[in-house]
Amino acid sequence: MSAHVATAHAAHEHHEMGFVRTYIFSTDHKMIARQFLFMGLLMMVLGGLLALIVRWQLAWPETAVPGLGMILKETGGILEPSTYNMAFTMHATIMIFFVIMPILAGSFGNFCIPLMIGARDMAFPFLNMLSFWTTFTAGLIMLSGFFVEGGHAAAGWTSYAPLSAVPQYTGVNWGQNLWCISLFVMGVGSMMGSINYITTIVNMRAPGMHLFRMPLVVWSLFITAILLLLALPVLTSAVAMLLFDRTLGTSWFAPSGGGEPLLWQHLFWYFGHPEVYILILPAMGIASEILPVFSRKPIFGYHAMAFSMIAIAFLSWIVYGHHMFVSGMSPTLGMAFTVTTMIIAVPSAIKTFNWLGTLWGGRIQFTVPMLNALAFVAMFVIGGLSGIFMASTPVDIYIQDTYFIVAHIHYVVFGGSIFGAFAGIYFWFPKMFGRMLNPLLGHLHFWGTFIFFNATFFPMHIIGVGGQMRRIYNPMQYEFLQHQQHWNVFITYSALLLGVSQIPFVINFFYSLFAGPKAPMNPWNSNTLEWTAPSPPPHLNWGAHVPTVYRGPYEYSDPDAREDFLPQTQAPVGAGARRH
Amino acid sequence: MLDWWLPENVSTFGRDIDWLFQLIYAITGVTFLLVAVAMIWFLIAYRDRPGRRARYTHGNTTLEVVWTIVPALILVILTALSAPAWSKIKMTRPPSDFVVDVTAKQFNWQVKHPNSDKVFLDEMHVPVNKVIHVDLKSQDVIHSFFVPQFRIKQDAVPGRSIIAWFEVTKPGKYEWPCAELCGFGHSGMRGWIYVHTPEDYQKWAAENLTAEAKPAEATPAAEPAKPAETKTGGKAKK
Repeated sequence: MSAHVATAHAAHEHHEMGFVRTYIFSTDHKMIARQFLFMGLLMMVLGGLLALIVRWQLAWPETAVPGLGMILKETGGILEPSTYNMAFTMHATIMIFFVIMPILAGSFGNFCIPLMIGARDMAFPFLNMLSFWTTFTAGLIMLSGFFVEGGHAAAGWTSYAPLSAVPQYTGVNWGQNLWCISLFVMGVGSMMGSINYITTIVNMRAPGMHLFRMPLVVWSLFITAILLLLALPVLTSAVAMLLFDRTLGTSWFAPSGGGEPLLWQHLFWYFGHPEVYILILPAMGIASEILPVFSRKPIFGYHAMAFSMIAIAFLSWIVYGHHMFVSGMSPTLGMAFTVTTMIIAVPSAIKTFNWLGTLWGGRIQFTVPMLNALAFVAMFVIGGLSGIFMASTPVDIYIQDTYFIVAHIHYVVFGGSIFGAFAGIYFWFPKMFGRMLNPLLGHLHFWGTFIFFNATFFPMHIIGVGGQMRRIYNPMQYEFLQHQQHWNVFITYSALLLGVSQIPFVINFFYSLFAGPKAPMNPWNSNTLEWTAPSPPPHLNWGAHVPTVYRGPYEYSDPDAREDFLPQTQAPVGAGARRH
Repeated sequence: MLDWWLPENVSTFGRDIDWLFQLIYAITGVTFLLVAVAMIWFLIAYRDRPGRRARYTHGNTTLEVVWTIVPALILVILTALSAPAWSKIKMTRPPSDFVVDVTAKQFNWQVKHPNSDKVFLDEMHVPVNKVIHVDLKSQDVIHSFFVPQFRIKQDAVPGRSIIAWFEVTKPGKYEWPCAELCGFGHSGMRGWIYVHTPEDYQKWAAENLTAEAKPAEATPAAEPAKPAETKTGGKAKK
C-alpha cells in the first residue's frame, strides 16, 4: 500500500521536475550513476593523453611531442623535466581518483546497488547528489592546478614528503596545494557516498533478499564502501597535514622542524593499500556477475567468493608496509609485512580458481561484456602473480621503484579495473540508457584494447628486470639502460595504438546513446533484479511493488527449470520450491 | 638474451636475490601456464553449441579446500625462503672498518671515504672482496641508493642515518643511479662506483685522499644548480 502511494507520488513529482532537477541536481541514483560515468570517461581522455605524453618522452627523449607545441610555446613542445614529472604525477592522480573511483565505485555503485537489491533509491538521495557534486568540485579544483604559476603537482601521485612538503624542492607552489585541497574535497565526497551505500545495503533490501542472496557485485560494492569509509579519511587527514606543512608552517613531515618523512608514507600507504582493493573489488564483482550470465551456469563457490572478498578487505589493512621495504622502516617490520602480503595472495587465488570453475562445463557465449570479463580474469592473474615478486622482500630490494612495479600496477588497475569497467559498461549500458551497444564496434574495441594493452605493459616487466627506474625523464642518460631503449620505443608505439583502439568505443558509446536499437527489459536473459525493471528504469525503478526475491542470483541451467535461467523474482512452483 | 634479463650480478648477496627471483619466476610461470591452458581449454571445449545445456553446479568443497591450501603452502615456503636473505641483507650486517659516508642532496651523491674529509661528488672508490658499510643520509628530500649490479637499494631519508652494506666480487666501474623521485633533476642523478683491487685502491687512496692531492671532482663548489637554498639539516637528531 505504502509503496503504491510512493509511486503515485513519484509519478506526480516526475512531471513537475524541470531540466535542472532531472539532469543536473538530480537525486535519482541512476542519474547520479550516469553523471559519475560521464565524469570518469571524460577524465579518462585527459589521463590517457597525459600517459601518451609521458610515453613519447621515454621513447624519443627531448623531441617535440606532436601537438604539444601549442601549449608549451617556449620549448616548442619539448617536455622539460619538471613538465614530465607533472605529467606522470597527474596521469596517476587523475586515473586513480577521477577515473576508476568515479566509474567503478561511483557509477556502478550508484546504479547497481538499489536496482540489484530491490530498493527504489539510495537511503539518502540528497546526500547522494551532494556526493557527486562534491566529487565534481574536487575534479574542477584538480584541473585548475594546470593553470597556476609553477605548474601542477610534480612529486608523484604518492607525493612523498619532504619533496611534496617544501615548495622549494619541486618549484611547484599552488599546484601541489590544489592537489591537496582537491583530494581533501574528494575524500569528503567519497565519505558521503560510502555511508549511503552501506546504509542502503544494510537496510533497504527487498523482501527475501537476504545477505547471501545478494549478487556478488553488490557484495563487492558493500565491502568497497566499508574500505572507502575507513581508508579515505586517512588520506583526507594526511593531505590536510601536508597542506598545513606547505602553507601554515607546521612540520609534520619535514625534518627541519622535527617532522618525520616516513610518517607521510605510513599514512599514505595505510590508505593506499586498501585503495588498491577499492579499485579492484568492484571489478571482481562485475566479473563475478558477467561470467555466470554468459556461461549460463551458477557462479562456482558463491560463499567462497563472498568470504574471500571479506578476507581481502580485512587483510588489506595489514599489508601496506610492503610499499616501504627499502624506505628505512624497521626491517623486522618488513618481515612481518611479507607474511601478511603472502597471505593476502590466497583469497585472490581462490577467486581466480572459482572464476575458472564457473567457466568449466558452461555454455560460453562470447559477447562483448563476456570478453572483457574474461580479459579481466586473465590480466588479473598476471598482475597477481607479478605481485609475488614484490612480496618477497629480498627480490623487492631489486625491483622496487623499477618498471616492474609500473607493469604490475597497470596489470592490476588497467588489466583489472579498466577491463572490469568496460565489461560493466557493455553489460549494463542497455539498462542504464535503454539502448543496445553495437557489438561489432564492441569487438573492435575489445580486441584492439586487449592486444595493445599487453604489447604496452608486458615489456615493462622486461625493462624493469633490466633495472629501468620509474619516474626517470630520460633512460638514455644511463649507460646500463641504453641497450634496452628499443623496448621503450616498442612500448610507446603500442601505447599510441592502445589510445587509437579507444576510438571505436567513443563512437559506439555516443552513437548508441542516441541511435542504438531499443533495449528489451532483459537482453542477456539474466536473473538479477535490475532486469525486472524497464530499460531504462523510471524514477523509483519499479511500478507499484518492489520485487520479491525467492532465490540466489545465479540459478542458470537448473535442470528443473524450463529455460536456462531462473530470475530471482520468479515465484517457486512445484519442484523449484525446494531451493531457497 | 642478456637484453631480457637481470644485469650481471657482482655482489655477494646478489646471488641470494637472483636465486629467489628465478624461483619465483619458475613458480609464477608454471602457475600462469596452468591457469592459461585451463582457461583456453574451457573456452574452447565449453563454447556455446546448440543442443547442449550447461552443467548445473554450485561448487565443490573439496576443490575449494585444495585451492586454498596449495597456494597457501607455496606462499608459506616462499616466505620461509625469503626470510634468511632478507635477514642477511637488511637486518644484520657483517662487521667492517670500511665506512663510506654518503649524503644525498638534490641532485648529487656527496661521498666521504674512510680516513678523509674530502667530499667527492657522484664518485665512490672501494676495494673488491671487502664488506663496505655505507652511512646513508640526505640533506633535503628522500633519495634512493641503487646499484643494479650490486642488487642493492636503500632509501636515504632526511633526518636519519641508515647503514647499508655490500661486498663486491668483481673490480670495475658501476653505475649508481638515484631510484626515488627527488625533484626535476632526479633523472640523471647518477654517480659511479669504482671497485678496485686492494692494491689499486691503496694507490688511488694515496694519490687522492691525502691532504696535498687535489682531484678535479673533489671540489664541492662545482655543484650543479640547486632549486633553492634550504636548511633541512642532514645531520639532524635521531
